[in-house]
Amino acid sequence: MKRFAIVSSFLVMLLVGWELLSESGRWSPVLFPSVLSVARYLWGAMMDGTLFEAIRVTMQRLLVGYAIGAAIGLPLGVLTSSSQILEDTIGSLALGLQTLPSVCWVPFAVLWFGQTEGAMLFVVVMGTVWSVIIATNHGARTIPPIYARAARTMGSRGTHLWTMVMLPASLPFLVSGMKQGWAFAWRSLMAAEIFVTILTGFGLGQLLHYGRELNAMDQVIGAMVVIVLIGLLADRILFAPWERFLHRRWGTNVR
Amino acid sequence: MLDQVTNQSISGPVATATSKLVVEGVSKWFRTPRATIHALDNVSMQVAAGEVVCVVGPSGCGKSTLLDIIAGLSKPDAGHVLADGQPVTGPGRQRLVVFQEPSLFPWLNVFGNVMFGLRLCPELSNGERREIAHRYLALVGLEKFEGAHVHELSGGMKQRVALARALAPDPQVLLMDEPFGALDAMTREHLYDDIQRIWSDRRKTIVFVTHNMREAACLGDRVLLMSKAPGRIVQHFEIPLPRPRNIYDAELIGHAGRVADALRGTIGGGVTE
Repeated sequence: MKRFAIVSSFLVMLLVGWELLSESGRWSPVLFPSVLSVARYLWGAMMDGTLFEAIRVTMQRLLVGYAIGAAIGLPLGVLTSSSQILEDTIGSLALGLQTLPSVCWVPFAVLWFGQTEGAMLFVVVMGTVWSVIIATNHGARTIPPIYARAARTMGSRGTHLWTMVMLPASLPFLVSGMKQGWAFAWRSLMAAEIFVTILTGFGLGQLLHYGRELNAMDQVIGAMVVIVLIGLLADRILFAPWERFLHRRWGTNVR
Repeated sequence: MLDQVTNQSISGPVATATSKLVVEGVSKWFRTPRATIHALDNVSMQVAAGEVVCVVGPSGCGKSTLLDIIAGLSKPDAGHVLADGQPVTGPGRQRLVVFQEPSLFPWLNVFGNVMFGLRLCPELSNGERREIAHRYLALVGLEKFEGAHVHELSGGMKQRVALARALAPDPQVLLMDEPFGALDAMTREHLYDDIQRIWSDRRKTIVFVTHNMREAACLGDRVLLMSKAPGRIVQHFEIPLPRPRNIYDAELIGHAGRVADALRGTIGGGVTE
């Protein structure tokens, strides 16, 4: 409760400071809109449905791209962890490509797929898959072998060993791999939406982009606020419950 | 009182009908890219039903490898292990292990850890499993911690849970791989009493690997001394003291001292642990 009070008063102070600065008249309201005009924009966009439509389009792209990236990355990461050859090949490829900022895939994707949803998905998948491979590979290598040894003496083998021991033992790295993948997918998608203008769907990144085109700073800031809120919300809903579970059981990652 | 025999006469005798465990001519090499290490060289030993045999030796003498082979977790390069006259081909729940490293599953609570092995006993009903798990947790004095998570326990409590987990499926043989090596002396002494109490209750056959001479003299009916590189059983001591034994008992310390002297002899006056 006390922490909540601190956080909310901090936010209020931030907003008041912003409002005061924009009221001071030192900067043009076109470049430094007031809190109220941003709020008015968000309210209007909410009422006429553009905001929800943009969120829907963006989330759909994100979830599909993320699902594909995770579905490729998790098994590849597990495979990489179990073989030296795959570690030296796929592992080092992943390490190299992970250093490539995902926005660098945009020109490539546009040339290959044109201004399509396919280009969008491609950028998200490329942004996700390498970091998921690396996180999964690293995590799988750090499962203490003692768990499997202990379980085998108690008669666990085959499917039982995999589902009752290896899978739960790998939860910490699965969650961190999925979380890392999520963060990268989100960043990649925003880059793709800002740089790829397509007619099949108008996402949050495009809202941001057209805010710039129209010189509408209230729209730019409004879209940024929504992007931050969605990022926070996704973290709370998708990953916080798992992290709490891991923290309770493993006693790690003390918050 | 003290019965020392040579290596030949230890490896010599053939399996008798009462032997719970027979290790015959077991050798093991570890091959690394740089070298081949001869971990065990023609090791033979027998353990009678209900007997407690301690294996001591300097670190790196292969005593944990020997225990792994008895457990069926690794295969010998030569020789074989018989349990109840049957060759050991893999791990089995008649031979459960208490490891030195923390081996409890963090995703399960204390009760769930003890239930893990019991769930793999198809002959038990769920009610019986729960009843047995409660009973063994009470036996190690942790009935109040059934719902606790593993990371909330002290090192000694973790090893008690591991002991309960290994005892609950009622194995005939208990293999203990330096189970108390990472614990402080006070906790260890407590656990010596627990082990002796449980042994007098249940008469398990126990193979106990340690580098602590007094621990070996306190728990073992016999102590086998191993030498290093390659690992061999070089000497054999009887500990004919009545139980329960006290770790500070003068006679017990005398036995431990003789084992320690013999160990110093085998490694050429080097420092022992």
